[in-house]
Amino acid sequence: MAWTRKFLRINLTSGSVAVEPLNMEWAQQYLGQRGLATKYFVSEVDPKVDPLSPDNKLIFTTGPLTGTMASTGGRYSVVTKGPLTGAIACSNSGGYFGAELKMAGWDMIILEGKSPRPVYLWIEDDKVELRDASHLWGKTVWETEETVKKQHQDPLVRVSSIGRAGENGVLYACIVNDLHRAAGRSGVGAVMGSKNLKAIAVRGTKGVGNIANPKEFMKVTFEKKKILKENAVTGAGLPTYGTQVLMNVINEIGAMPTRNHRDVQFEGARKISAEAMREKRPTDGKAQLVNNQACFGCTIACGRISKIDQNHFSVVNSPKYWGASGGLEYEAAWALGSANGVDDLEALQYANLLCNEDGMDPISFGATIGAVMELYEMGVLTKEQLGIEAPFGSAKALALLTEMTARGEGFGKDIGMGSARMCAKYGHPELSMTVKGQEFPAYDSRGIQGMGLTYATSNRGACHLRSYTVASEVLGIPVKTDPLTTDGKPALVKAFQDATAVFDSSGLCVFTSFAWGVADVQPQVQAACEGDWSLEKLNEMGERIWNLERQFNNAAGFTAKDDTLPPRLLTEPAKVGPAKGLVSGLDKMLPEYYELRGWDTEGRPTPETLTRLGL
Amino acid sequence: MNVTLKLYATLADYLPDSARSTNSLALSVTDGVTPAALIEAHRLPQKLCHLVLVNGVFVPPGERASKTLVEGDVLAIWPPIAGG
Repeated sequence: MAWTRKFLRINLTSGSVAVEPLNMEWAQQYLGQRGLATKYFVSEVDPKVDPLSPDNKLIFTTGPLTGTMASTGGRYSVVTKGPLTGAIACSNSGGYFGAELKMAGWDMIILEGKSPRPVYLWIEDDKVELRDASHLWGKTVWETEETVKKQHQDPLVRVSSIGRAGENGVLYACIVNDLHRAAGRSGVGAVMGSKNLKAIAVRGTKGVGNIANPKEFMKVTFEKKKILKENAVTGAGLPTYGTQVLMNVINEIGAMPTRNHRDVQFEGARKISAEAMREKRPTDGKAQLVNNQACFGCTIACGRISKIDQNHFSVVNSPKYWGASGGLEYEAAWALGSANGVDDLEALQYANLLCNEDGMDPISFGATIGAVMELYEMGVLTKEQLGIEAPFGSAKALALLTEMTARGEGFGKDIGMGSARMCAKYGHPELSMTVKGQEFPAYDSRGIQGMGLTYATSNRGACHLRSYTVASEVLGIPVKTDPLTTDGKPALVKAFQDATAVFDSSGLCVFTSFAWGVADVQPQVQAACEGDWSLEKLNEMGERIWNLERQFNNAAGFTAKDDTLPPRLLTEPAKVGPAKGLVSGLDKMLPEYYELRGWDTEGRPTPETLTRLGL
Repeated sequence: MNVTLKLYATLADYLPDSARSTNSLALSVTDGVTPAALIEAHRLPQKLCHLVLVNGVFVPPGERASKTLVEGDVLAIWPPIAGG
């Protein structure tokens, strides 16, 4: 039993701390992390709840393999109802916080209510208490982490916190741990801020034991690490170039969303790519990229650590940004760059640093700036409103608007609402590149057809991490499929969705899936956890989790009409590249997808499906 | 005829120094040249030529020796990579 079998329930309204036993019957059906926390969440929270009200709950959750010697076993997730979407939110993060929580002896923390004053949760193994955070309120993530570590006189304390964005109700505020790893999407940080909870700080010294079959676990995790090492992607491609290596690939195939999805190729892509990050700058003779970095227990080490050009206009008078820090990753580089037509690599890293520093999802933020720039070019938004001229391509506008949003100043408050609400407020909802209120990531669904269905049906709004069919359609993992056709994509999307739910419930990183299948996760789970964990059981569990999330969203008010894409992607064909002349073929895929899922034509799981999955 | 060869990630090491800042090399080639012929001419390791695109469209391994390039084509090649 890799679970600690107990979790914390914190009532922020009363300030009470309770220890509860983990429901092991549910653990056998949902494993942990995303699956198990979702089961708890939907069992305790009204789907109609206002996400920013005290009645919403916030769950920090680990998987059974979190904190173990399994490669990448350091993940944790945050589950809540998202304020950006009104749908179930589950945001996953790496770094070291998740493993530390497990080593303190806890599988999960359920936070409910709202504290009457700012607090942070201090966990030192069995010692758990809410502490005053009035001295932390108003501070950035970086300041908070440093202050808490000094306060407890322990540099090994792990901190997961919100910055000013979360305090100010930015609807895509994230929760950041270890300075630059984040539970990034859907606004989980805004929920944390609404509860007056500034941070969770953990020191765990118990280690992680309770492995069901330690000898077998050591053997099988060693074998699986060998696969990661020998795989060309996880053993060489990702550690060397990181996710940013996709920039030129996605641009070349004509699926690079550019200037708020007006275009599908960005002429400046090469300048903001992984290759560019490794080149010496003419200004100081140094490359932006310093090193790669691994999260807890990870043998891939895809993370990027960079140093910004001290001479760049954005930081020339701000030495605090000159040190080595996280980024750029592909999604951030795209959203802050191509989505806005900005090809200034240093400006992108500056905006990325601010997102890390004050806890904002760079995908949703950057994509919202794309809408701002389009509205500016249309004359709907003005220099007077924004405080700067903001045409596509303006690095200075990007930098200023990032500062304003992170600090909750001026038009930054409107940008903090996200693209859907901001575009609606200014009379152009059709320009919001979102699904269910959440902004797209870095793949245009006209050039990668499967991603259109992925986005439309994602349970947390537009997202690539619910079904990364890019792996198959572009990268040939596990097999190459044609990105320009809709044929076979409903089955592909369903398979990716269900498999991803398994990875996300285990404590492992989904990036292992570039080399592993669920069949590689299965023996690790079996060796670590009590009970029978066959491949069939895990696959069915993935499908069960997907349907459980869907049921919550349906009960929250979502219908089949919400499984759609913005009109731009459905009616405006790609202008260039392999997808020239194509729009998203969502209408060709959605009915077959519903049928494969065992849902009716309104997107509701049929009674037979619910019975089959034990829901 | 003229075509463009683009090499990315670790394959950029096979480009001349002058082409590395763009990952792109303009080539004058004979008519009927194939991706496989250019891969061999530039001594690119076969196992690193994972993602082979002509004008952004994937060319499967079995077609790389038979598909002929035409004037203006862009051949772009990556080793096994991923992201997200």
